[in-house]
Amino acid sequence: MDDLLQIKDLHVGFETRAGRVEAVRGVSFRVRSGACVAVVGESGSGKSVCAQAIMGILPRNASIGGGEILFRDPETEIITDLAALNPASEEYRCIRGDRISIIFQEPMTSLSPLHTIGDQIGESVRLHEGLSGAVAKARCLDILKLVRFPDPARAYRTYPFELSGGLRQRAMIAMALVCGPALLIADEPSTALDVTVQAQILALIKDLQTELGMAVMMITHDMGVVANVADEVVVVYHGEVMESGMVDDIFANPGHPYLQALLRAVPKFEHGADERLVPLREIKPHQGHLLKPRQIAASVDASMPILQVNNLTKSFTIRNEGMAGGGKSAVRITAVDHVSFDVARGECLAIVGESGCGKTTVSKMIMRAMDADSGEIIYNDQGQEVRLSDLGDREMIPYRKKIQYIFQDPFGSLNPRMTVFDILGEPLAIHNIGDATYRREVVIELMNLVGLDPRHLNRYPHSFSGGQRQRIGIARVLALQPELVICDEPVSALDVSVQAQVLNLLKDLRDQLGLTYLFISHDLAVVNYIADRIAVMCRGRLVELAPRELLFKSPQHPYTKALLDSVPFPDPAHRLNFAAVRDTAMTHPDNWPAPYDVRDATDASLIDIGGGHFVRAHRPSAKRTVA
Amino acid sequence: MHRYFLRRIATMAVTLSVISLLVFIIIQLPPGDYLTTYIEDLKAQGEVVDPKKIEFLRAQYGLDKPMASQYLIWVAGMLQGDFGYSFEYNLPVMDVVGDRMWLSMVLNFATVLFVYMMSFPIGVYSATHQYSWGDHGLTFIGFLGLATPNFLLALILLYFANVWFGTSIGGLMEPEFIDQPWTWAKIVSVLEHLWVPVLVIGTSGTAGMIRRLRANLLDELQKQYVVTGRSKGLGEMRLLIKYPMRMALNPFIADIGSLLPQVVSGSVIVSAVMSLPTTGPMLLSALQSQDMYLAGSFLMFLALLTVIGMFVSDVLLAMLDPRIRLDGGVRR
Repeated sequence: MDDLLQIKDLHVGFETRAGRVEAVRGVSFRVRSGACVAVVGESGSGKSVCAQAIMGILPRNASIGGGEILFRDPETEIITDLAALNPASEEYRCIRGDRISIIFQEPMTSLSPLHTIGDQIGESVRLHEGLSGAVAKARCLDILKLVRFPDPARAYRTYPFELSGGLRQRAMIAMALVCGPALLIADEPSTALDVTVQAQILALIKDLQTELGMAVMMITHDMGVVANVADEVVVVYHGEVMESGMVDDIFANPGHPYLQALLRAVPKFEHGADERLVPLREIKPHQGHLLKPRQIAASVDASMPILQVNNLTKSFTIRNEGMAGGGKSAVRITAVDHVSFDVARGECLAIVGESGCGKTTVSKMIMRAMDADSGEIIYNDQGQEVRLSDLGDREMIPYRKKIQYIFQDPFGSLNPRMTVFDILGEPLAIHNIGDATYRREVVIELMNLVGLDPRHLNRYPHSFSGGQRQRIGIARVLALQPELVICDEPVSALDVSVQAQVLNLLKDLRDQLGLTYLFISHDLAVVNYIADRIAVMCRGRLVELAPRELLFKSPQHPYTKALLDSVPFPDPAHRLNFAAVRDTAMTHPDNWPAPYDVRDATDASLIDIGGGHFVRAHRPSAKRTVA
Repeated sequence: MHRYFLRRIATMAVTLSVISLLVFIIIQLPPGDYLTTYIEDLKAQGEVVDPKKIEFLRAQYGLDKPMASQYLIWVAGMLQGDFGYSFEYNLPVMDVVGDRMWLSMVLNFATVLFVYMMSFPIGVYSATHQYSWGDHGLTFIGFLGLATPNFLLALILLYFANVWFGTSIGGLMEPEFIDQPWTWAKIVSVLEHLWVPVLVIGTSGTAGMIRRLRANLLDELQKQYVVTGRSKGLGEMRLLIKYPMRMALNPFIADIGSLLPQVVSGSVIVSAVMSLPTTGPMLLSALQSQDMYLAGSFLMFLALLTVIGMFVSDVLLAMLDPRIRLDGGVRR
């Protein structure tokens, strides 16, 4: 047989106060040598527990209840049942990290901050192969080179916190591969990374798999990742395998209703404008009589933009007083660099970009949670233009009701010591709206509006799931009947099926209540589903702004192109062009070619290229000579 | 790195001069000085005080000079190693403190050693065997140690030491050795007496340290990098020592700053109860009787130890933790 790993009827349970909870219930699948198997499932499906069981690193309160994990070492042809082996035994330790290794989701916390990269990678070699000194170091440098560190000798000496997220994950991969394992388990290896970095890491894993001839077990929730890297797919749900098979079959003919539903819930790029995602459970907003859409006075020109942002700029000073450097050095970083855009009444404008591009800083400045260095923010209040950027804290209060904010983290953004009733009633109390009976009525209506049961008003946030909490956050925003809602990554912490549910809810609410959205996201698929127009930001600069179809059809700016090339489509027929992805140059402004380049004296501005499509570039110099 | 050291030493000097001013002011705050307290004492005993003698004493000690010059004389003296003159003992401060300083250092170093040696293995065991019977039992004993008043424990232990081993009550040596030159027999006698105060002073410290080490280590054991280490195939013991233990050490190194002054002045109450010839009770009486040079020198010495301790712990932290050493040179 050429099965490297065979899992047969595996059961894993957790001992809790309420008794034993089975997290994995009779999972069976196999990994062929040299193949890539994707284990797909939503949070709580037991996919990571499977990986921990294979590695023998289950948490202390978990144990294998039954089944077999048969690992056939391709070098010795010895078959071991890992499920029957004591995880602390010498025999298991010789397999763990040497024959089977694992990489984790969060590359920062997975590496010890106190030890150099070289020390941590070299540890495996010293442990499993008994190498030491210069030989071990040479092996480390080899593997660092293999995972494409630009300067292996320097990387060997650095500490994890000195590296970016992508490089940290590379170091982690180097650590897992240094002993040449037969099987690499990758537990959500790219989830915490930016989309361009994610594509690079996936490309790297794919390359190394062929170079080293190892098998990969990829654990993920992202159907896009699955379609791009997997040969075989195993779909798990509530600790059971729903379906498994070759990747093309799975996407072409999903058999199980759960898988069909999951695939329908994933935002795709070939969407028609009216096509709707189908979540596993749809929420119908029920509108009451209190929260009617605001009437716009007849005199107001509805075509005027509700919000105008002109030349918004913000820079931060980072002071370094490290011991090693000795002296002080202050670095000024321009987080937002002359950003201008308009938001039309009733539209959804999305700002996309990778972490650190300044998209959240822009939203904070619009909320006046942070003051801009220069530039203006003009809000159109019933036909009257108000410069929000000039208002004092007190004068700002009436406008706070009109602009509201949905946060990314549904866990951190709700006070755990307040009941849902208090949370939803608080905005009304702050702005002195209505009396107790009125507030009670509004709160009940809000709960119905986001599809939650008003009988649960006395509960605390912890008794709700992530998706339900996010809906509570949305309800809180709607309490003040805002006109403009800023959504900062509202679905990025949610599972795919819940994500579809919340996205649909946001769409419905916009239609019913006449809201305007400023939607901030890093996920192009989500943005493609919900936005009318899309603005792309990179390193504090707005590089391209276009209607949705135009941006996806004919991106102009090199960064936008790089971004679109990096998105993993949930379709095995459209795999990523891994060769293109490896070139990371376009994510840095220094490498943009003319006319997109950044010059000091005459900086580029947004140029209209027709159809509402703007791109940041220098005016063609030909024009200048003619004039 | 060198510039950092120089800057730190400069700030230390400034800190110490500010502290010296504060110490001087605080000592002078109560009305009167040592002589008025002395006269009151004599009067209370019905003796007549010759005003000329008082004037003479006042002039001799410089107490008639303005405050500013008194302060300068004191500071200048300290810089030359002259800590002034104790009124109460009629001796230079250095001679008064002498032996007591050494004995307190021996006692307190022994205590610190005891605390670390007891609490480290127990804390690590408690954390790695969380909620086991061993953990519960050790935790219970730890809480007992925290809750028992030190002086009570001191009295009980003194009694049993006397009954079982015939050790004399109180003091750090048999009475016949007091004020005698150091001999082998005297050292043995000190060691025989030492264990009782070490145990008494050490119990609460040990209990507290066990709790903190256990909590720190439990936090670290949850961290992802421990799982990474385990998934590399490291044995549990090597894993524990290399990663989480190293991280859990940071708070203890940060503690060294407050540890140094404690070594000199700590455990005043227990020392008083057990009438130990250490420096703690002496500081107490010096403050009561306004023996300003003795008290002042003492407080300055404590301040110096605190500042040095902080410096040492900062340097050690920087050496052990690259995040502190290198932060600022973040490359992206």
